[in-house]
Amino acid sequence: MRQAVRLTRRYRFAASHRLHALALSEEENRRLYGKCNNPYGHGHDYVLEVTVEGPVDESGQVADRTALDRLIQEHVLDRMDHRNLNADLAEFADHVPTTENLASVIEKSLCEHWTLPARLARLRISETDRNAFELEAAP
Amino acid sequence: MRITRRAEFSASHVCANPAWSAEENRRIYGANSNPHGHGHNYVLEVSVEGDPDPVTGMVFDLRELKEILNREVVEPMDHRFLNREVPPFDQIVPTAENIAAEIWKRIEPCVNRTGVQLSNIRLYETPDLFVDVEAPS
Repeated sequence: MRQAVRLTRRYRFAASHRLHALALSEEENRRLYGKCNNPYGHGHDYVLEVTVEGPVDESGQVADRTALDRLIQEHVLDRMDHRNLNADLAEFADHVPTTENLASVIEKSLCEHWTLPARLARLRISETDRNAFELEAAP
Repeated sequence: MRITRRAEFSASHVCANPAWSAEENRRIYGANSNPHGHGHNYVLEVSVEGDPDPVTGMVFDLRELKEILNREVVEPMDHRFLNREVPPFDQIVPTAENIAAEIWKRIEPCVNRTGVQLSNIRLYETPDLFVDVEAPS
């Protein structure tokens, strides 16, 4: 029987951001983003779920957890944990660090550096317990 | 429509392939290969898919699903050392992937019937690591 098996690992990082679109006026930004537009930024304890998909290998695993952890550590956590996304990440120099955009930035970076036999299938990021942003990676 | 039932069991396991050296097992499974085992509070979510029965209004009787999960999974696995007490894990490494596949094999024949099929099982080894097995498409 051919079955799709997905393995999901959850990671956490703390970061600050400010939502402010350069193309919009101060007033429009305030109206659109509300408190998220406050000038000095604010932070979240982000929770990132990374899902990989593939066949179960001879070790009984879809992916080597250590290799996955190393990849996420290097390309997500080391870059984003305890950082200001607007100031510290080149990707957000002229892009709003909404969590939608953050998910795309993480997907792009992971795809560029991906080393695992299993494919990246999905990313899900929560800013708080009350929201989540989910992105299915292209097959 | 999909309905989901959750069950929990606590069990210990060792992830190591006896055909490989201790160093090789440590490289692949890390601390999971420590020889005397360690435990997890596994959380299992089982989803069944079908149309609600026009008379009962139910996709599947949740009480029956609970009984199936108890009989096939919780009773044999709860408070057990999987490698020693729960075949086939005397032969197969009890990774989360393999435990999920074994649970699928055990419950699918009890659940599938006309118009109703097992659609997904999710097994949490910890709150930060889980595996999904889906019905083949």
